[in-house]
Amino acid sequence: MSLLDKDRIFTNLYGYQSWRLDAAMARGDWDNTKALLALGQDKIIDVIKASGLRGRGGAGFPTGTKWSFMPKEPKPDRPNFLVINADESEPGSCKDREIIRHDPHKLIEGALVAGFAMRARAAYIYIRGEYIREAEVLFAAVAEAYDKGLVGKNACGSGYDFDVFVHRGAGAYICGEETAMLESLEGKKGQPRLKPPFPAGAGLYGCPTTVNNVESIAVAPTILRRGAAWFSSFGAENNKGTKLFQISGHVNTPCVVEEAMSIPFRELIEKHCGGIRGGWDNLLAVIPGGSSVPLVPAKDIMDAPMDFDGLKAVGSGLGTAAVIVMDKSTDVVRAIARLSYFYKHESCGQCTPCREGTGWMWRVMERLRTGDAEIGEIDMLQQVTKQVEGHSICALGDAAAWPIQGLIKHFRPELERRINERGGNVAPMQEAAE
Amino acid sequence: MADAPIIPDEAEVRARWGAFRWNDDSKAKRDAILSRYPAGREQSASIPLLDLAQRQVGAETQTQGWLPVPVIEFVAREIGVPYMRVYEVATFYTMFNLAPVGRFHVQVCGTTPCMLRGSDDVLAACKNKGLIKGKTTPDGLFTLTEVECMGNCASAPMVQINDDNYEDLDYDRTIAILETLANGGAPKPGTQEPGRHTVEPKGGPTSLTAMVTENHDYRDEWNVVTQGADA
Repeated sequence: MSLLDKDRIFTNLYGYQSWRLDAAMARGDWDNTKALLALGQDKIIDVIKASGLRGRGGAGFPTGTKWSFMPKEPKPDRPNFLVINADESEPGSCKDREIIRHDPHKLIEGALVAGFAMRARAAYIYIRGEYIREAEVLFAAVAEAYDKGLVGKNACGSGYDFDVFVHRGAGAYICGEETAMLESLEGKKGQPRLKPPFPAGAGLYGCPTTVNNVESIAVAPTILRRGAAWFSSFGAENNKGTKLFQISGHVNTPCVVEEAMSIPFRELIEKHCGGIRGGWDNLLAVIPGGSSVPLVPAKDIMDAPMDFDGLKAVGSGLGTAAVIVMDKSTDVVRAIARLSYFYKHESCGQCTPCREGTGWMWRVMERLRTGDAEIGEIDMLQQVTKQVEGHSICALGDAAAWPIQGLIKHFRPELERRINERGGNVAPMQEAAE
Repeated sequence: MADAPIIPDEAEVRARWGAFRWNDDSKAKRDAILSRYPAGREQSASIPLLDLAQRQVGAETQTQGWLPVPVIEFVAREIGVPYMRVYEVATFYTMFNLAPVGRFHVQVCGTTPCMLRGSDDVLAACKNKGLIKGKTTPDGLFTLTEVECMGNCASAPMVQINDDNYEDLDYDRTIAILETLANGGAPKPGTQEPGRHTVEPKGGPTSLTAMVTENHDYRDEWNVVTQGADA
């Protein structure tokens, strides 16, 4: 059975109604939040654990478990912090933007509930700098919540003091990596930190910190209101709940939509996206979880369940559930080469394999796009992606490598065809690296 | 980096911007920004203050704004850190303009989701209106930059011009927006697709239809057992 409107969490997803506090309260937000907090920290974490919620930012770590890593008795000079990751920059992802500009009070209420559960003193919402109008809405929504005493001193009359601050970034994909985000919040370049220590031990300002995605936080109050059993009634085992899917590319009607986890790809596209442009026979490949996951060829994706385990089984991942659909008119090599350019542009420059590797991989991808290469260079490229993968502090190196590995795995004949058509094995003029 | 901008730090720049100070409006905003961070952690304000400074420069020059070296030095003094700590931040983040830009900074997203939906046409429209990547038009009106994913993928392709996004573009719609701006008008921000509200499927939402006309409260239906719902 498919998801009903009454079971959708983000009811104002499309912004037909006002985001303001009075409208949000009429939809059920901030409804006796004091009672939710009265459950107590441990009970809140237990409910979130039981609901099966896995982090919605890409890695899919169980959210309740993450919260439980925070110190139970924070010291006065080292308070706990909650940092909410709204630096949504993964190509294909556009869900947090809709939450922030159309349902910001779900996020702010979630920040209070989650922050209370992990005994945090304050939440910082780190929103990407390019979300200018979205940040304006968020600032105004936070001000509304302060005015009504929902956050701040004695939040919601609970006796708990909790601040919510909004911090705008300034355009850097890498700041979506949790430790780079903390560096950026401290006013520095967004370069990831070595782990350990993990943020739960020493994060923002050296204090215990948990970094969560916007969607993970914003669903928490509804889960507490409706119960863990309700949330876990959706989706396959180990992949519970509802999820915002963002479908872009060659479908008839691209959109953002909340659906049950594990919905089959075909059903998702037929129901909400008006089918594939030119029909199902015209489907070439799909990147099912944002640019960092490998693409999946048409035959494998069509009936795959859209969840963490189902997409892992077809050699990819759910990521942020940003579904990029490509039909047969796509120049698939160019599509991946453009992603290689993206990673070259966004590499922070800290680790040599990633800094040099992303530029190197992009230049080779550009030559493969035109066929101006040797067959052997495909293998060399594959080998270099393996040299980058796993050899950098954060996962950006891996994310740059995987789309290329996916392309070579599934579209090697296309790469070879271009080289052969161009004359084959014509070594290009050697160029100095920039 | 080959495409790194040439950062102007000449006598004229110092003469023009050496006396940069917050205006009254910025002063109030600076205080609000600094109040968000714990005492002793003023460095956290480096990004918001650079943004504020860039906006004030923009207001004074009738452009999107940029960060002359003396202004970066001023921000460093504001938060009490060495110049280099703020300079490296200004060069790290793409939203800080290190050289002057035009009245409208046209930032076309060219990453794969936009590319699949026709960002080539958007760039072609810009080119045919005389915009050149990385350059400002001679009349000082438009600066064109190709940027990386802006997070509007379900309404791609898109362009961000100063503070507003224009989505669901094609060649003609891009031309129309540029012409409206050039003529002093204000194009409607958001999706340019007639009949589309935001990111619902074109032709009307396939879910949450009750929300279109009223602020529907679904809580009354939470515990109603539905039978024979669409399978």
